[in-house]
Amino acid sequence: MLQGYGLYLEEHEAFRRTVRAVVEKELKPFASQWEEQEEFPRELFTRFGELGFLGLKYPEVHGGSNAGELYEAVLLEEMGRCGSGGVAAGLGAQHTIATGPLHKFGTEEQKQRFLAPAIRGEKIGALGITEPNGGSDVAGLRTTARRDGDHYVVNGSKTYITNGVRADFVVLAVKTNPDAGHKGLSLLVVEKGTPGFSVGRKLKKLGWRASDTGELFFEDCRVPAANLLGGLEGQGFYQIMGNFQWERLSLALGALGAMAEMLEVVMAHVKDRRAFGHALHEFQVVRHRIAELATDFEAARQLTYHALRLHVGGEYAIAQTSMAKKVATETACRVADACLQLHGGAGYMMEYDIQRHWRDARLGPIGGGTSEIMNEIIAKQLGL
Amino acid sequence: MKILVTAKRVEDPESKIKVKPDGSGIVQEGLKYKINPFDEIGVEEGLRLVAKHGGEVVVVSIGGKEVQEQLRHALAMGATRAVWVNHTGPLDQMGVAGLLQKVAEKEKPDLVILGKQAIDDDQNQVGQYLAEFLGWGQATFASKVESLESEQEKNKVPALQMGADNKSVRVVREVDNGLATLECALPAVVTTDLRLNLPRYASLPGIMKAKSKPIEELTPAKLSVDVTPKVQVLKMASPPPRKAGIKVPDVATLVDKLRNEAKVV
Ligand SMILES: Cc1cc2nc3c(=O)[nH]c(=O)nc-3n(C[C@H](O)[C@H](O)[C@H](O)COP(=O)(O)OP(=O)(O)OC[C@H]3O[C@@H](n4cnc5c(N)ncnc54)[C@H](O)[C@@H]3O)c2cc1C
Ligand SMILES: Cc1cc2nc3c(=O)[nH]c(=O)nc-3n(C[C@H](O)[C@H](O)[C@H](O)COP(=O)(O)OP(=O)(O)OC[C@H]3O[C@@H](n4cnc5c(N)ncnc54)[C@H](O)[C@@H]3O)c2cc1C
Repeated sequence: MLQGYGLYLEEHEAFRRTVRAVVEKELKPFASQWEEQEEFPRELFTRFGELGFLGLKYPEVHGGSNAGELYEAVLLEEMGRCGSGGVAAGLGAQHTIATGPLHKFGTEEQKQRFLAPAIRGEKIGALGITEPNGGSDVAGLRTTARRDGDHYVVNGSKTYITNGVRADFVVLAVKTNPDAGHKGLSLLVVEKGTPGFSVGRKLKKLGWRASDTGELFFEDCRVPAANLLGGLEGQGFYQIMGNFQWERLSLALGALGAMAEMLEVVMAHVKDRRAFGHALHEFQVVRHRIAELATDFEAARQLTYHALRLHVGGEYAIAQTSMAKKVATETACRVADACLQLHGGAGYMMEYDIQRHWRDARLGPIGGGTSEIMNEIIAKQLGL
Repeated sequence: MKILVTAKRVEDPESKIKVKPDGSGIVQEGLKYKINPFDEIGVEEGLRLVAKHGGEVVVVSIGGKEVQEQLRHALAMGATRAVWVNHTGPLDQMGVAGLLQKVAEKEKPDLVILGKQAIDDDQNQVGQYLAEFLGWGQATFASKVESLESEQEKNKVPALQMGADNKSVRVVREVDNGLATLECALPAVVTTDLRLNLPRYASLPGIMKAKSKPIEELTPAKLSVDVTPKVQVLKMASPPPRKAGIKVPDVATLVDKLRNEAKVV
C-alpha cells in the first residue's frame, strides 16, 4: 500500500501511533461516562496542552511546535475515533476554530494573552459567530460593537457556541458598522467575567453531548479596543473566511476517523452475532453491504485528502474543501445509519456505541456551514 | 552512565493472530507490529535513569530492515542512538543472547535492560543467557514497591536505585510470594516486569528529533556470531477453542464440581 496515501510521511504515522495510544488509554474508556454526564473534565485541556496537541501548527514562540497542518490532520482523524464526538469537538474547537483566527490575524500582544495560554490548555477558547437569528448568513449578523473611547460596547447574543459555557475567552463576530454588510464585520476577543457578558444555560443536544454548547449574552458589555483582532475594523468577514477552510477540513477529517471506528465496530458485531444458524458476516448481503460502506468511506477519504493536499500546498481550494466537507460528513451519516441497521435491535439501544456514532455524525452536515451553504459556495465557484 | 536497552519488534496484541494451515508459523499478512511492551518499559526506565544520573540510552534490535521502526520509536521516546543487527531468518534465544553479548562487549554499558520476555513467543530466556554469557550479575522481573498511581511514578522517578558510587544497582523483583530486593554489582543485566513504570508517549518533538538520530548497522558476521539455531520449532498450533462455561445454582454445587469433576480442590 502507498505509504500514508502519498500524503502522510513516516513521522506523521509515528505521531498517529502516539495520538492513538492517548485516545485508547485516556479517552475511549471514559467516552460513555462523559457523554452521559454531558461534560468532560476541564483537565483534558491542560493534558492536551502538555502533550503538545493544541499547538501543532503554531509557532514555537507561542508554545506551539510549528510542525504543520498535516500533524493536526492526523490528530483530527484519530480524535474522530475516540467514541465521543463531544470530546473531539470541545478539544478540536480549541485548536481549530478558536485559536486559528488569533494565530493568523492577532497582534503579538493578543497572541501572548490568548493564543499562548490556549496552546498550553490553561485558557479555554471559543469562536462565536452563530446567532439566534441565523448562522448561515454571516454577513447578516446582528450583534453590534460601538466604539466608545478606548472601548467597544457590545450588544447582542450568540448561540450554539462550542465551549461557550466554560470558555475563558470568545473570539466574537460583531458588527462594528451595522450598515456596511459583510464589510462591517469585525472579530473582538471578549474575556469571561467582562461586565455585561453573561452565559446562558448549557444546551441539550441530540449528539456531541460531552461538549459544552452555550448561549452568550452581551448587554452594554465594554471590551477594551485592544481586543479588536489584529487591531483592524471591518476585517471580520475575511478573518472568518480565512479560517473556514481549515474548519471545514477538520470536520471532514473527523468524519473519516469516525467512519473508520464505526466500520471496526460493525465488523466485530457481524462476526460475533448469529442469526439463522450463521454469523451475520456469512450472509453475502451483509458482506456486500459492508463492502459498499468501505467503498463510500474510501471515496470520501480520497476527496478529503485531495482537498487537504491542495490546502497544505498553499492553494485556496475553496470548492474542493467545501465538496470534501459535504461528502465526508454526509457519507458518515449514511455509514452510521447502515452500521446501526446491521446491529438490529441492539443498534437502537443506548448501551451499544453505534447509536452514539449515529447521533454524533448528524452534526457534520450542519456545523461549520451546512451542506446547502457548501452547495452555494461550490455553485459560486462554478460561476453560477 | 550508559544503558543498553533492547527493542524487539513483535506482533501487535490487538491484531488477530492466525496459525498457517501447515503449522510452519503464523500468517503475517495484515498484521500490525509494535515494540515489545516489556522493552518499552525498559526504554522508559533507562531514560529515567539517565535523566537522574546523566549518560545515554543506546537501543538495540535484531531483525530485518523493518525493525528500524521500533528503533525509531525508542529514539522518539528519547534514546540517544540505535544499533541495528541486520539479520533475517531463524534465530533462537541463544542466538539473540550471543548477538547481544557482542554488542554489549562493544558498547560497554553499565547496565543492559531487557524485557523479561517478548510477548510473541513468551520465552523469558534472553536476559538470563546474556548475563551468563557476559559473566555479569542479573536481576530479573524488575518491579517496584510504589504503585503505578503513586507520586513517584507521576514524577518519573526511576525504580532502579543506583548505589552511592554508581557501582551497584538495587532492584526490587516480583517473585511468587511478593517482592524481593536484590543488590547487584555493575555492570549488570536487568529484565523488566509489567509494573516497573508507565512508558511515556513518543512526543512530536521526540519524533522529529528521532529522524536525525544515528542507527548503526551490524550483522551477525560482523559480530562474529554463529546464529545457527539450536532450537527448532517443529509445529505451531492454535490452542483448542475454549468450551462454553456452565452456570451452577449454588456454592455447594460449585464446590462439588470443583472437587469431583475438575478435581482442583
Ligand atoms: C453542536 C453545535 C455546535 C456549534 N458550534 C458553533 C460554534 O462553536 N460557533 C459558532 O459560531 N457556531 C456554532 N454552531 C452553529 C452552526 O455553525 C450553525 O448551526 C450552522 O452554521 C447553521 O446555521 P443556523 O443554525 O443558523 O441555520 P440556518 O441558517 O437557520 O439554516 C436553516 C436551514 O436553512 C438552510 N439555508 C440557510 N440559508 C440558505 C441558503 N442561502 N440557501 C439554501 N439553504 C439555506 C440551511 O442549510 C439549513 O438547512 C454550532 C452548531 C451546533 C449544532
Ligand atoms: C425499541 C424496540 C422494541 C422492541 N419490541 C419488541 C417486542 O415487543 N417484542 C419482541 O418480540 N421484540 C421486540 N423488539 C425486537 C425487534 O423485533 C428485533 O430487534 C428485530 O426483529 C431485529 O432482531 P435482532 O435485534 O435480533 O437483530 P439481528 O437478528 O441480530 O439482526 C442484525 C442485522 O442482521 C440482519 N440479518 C439478520 N438475519 C439476516 C439474514 N438472514 N440475511 C440478511 N441479513 C440478516 C438484520 O436485518 C439486521 O440488520 C424490539 C426492538 C426494539 C429496538
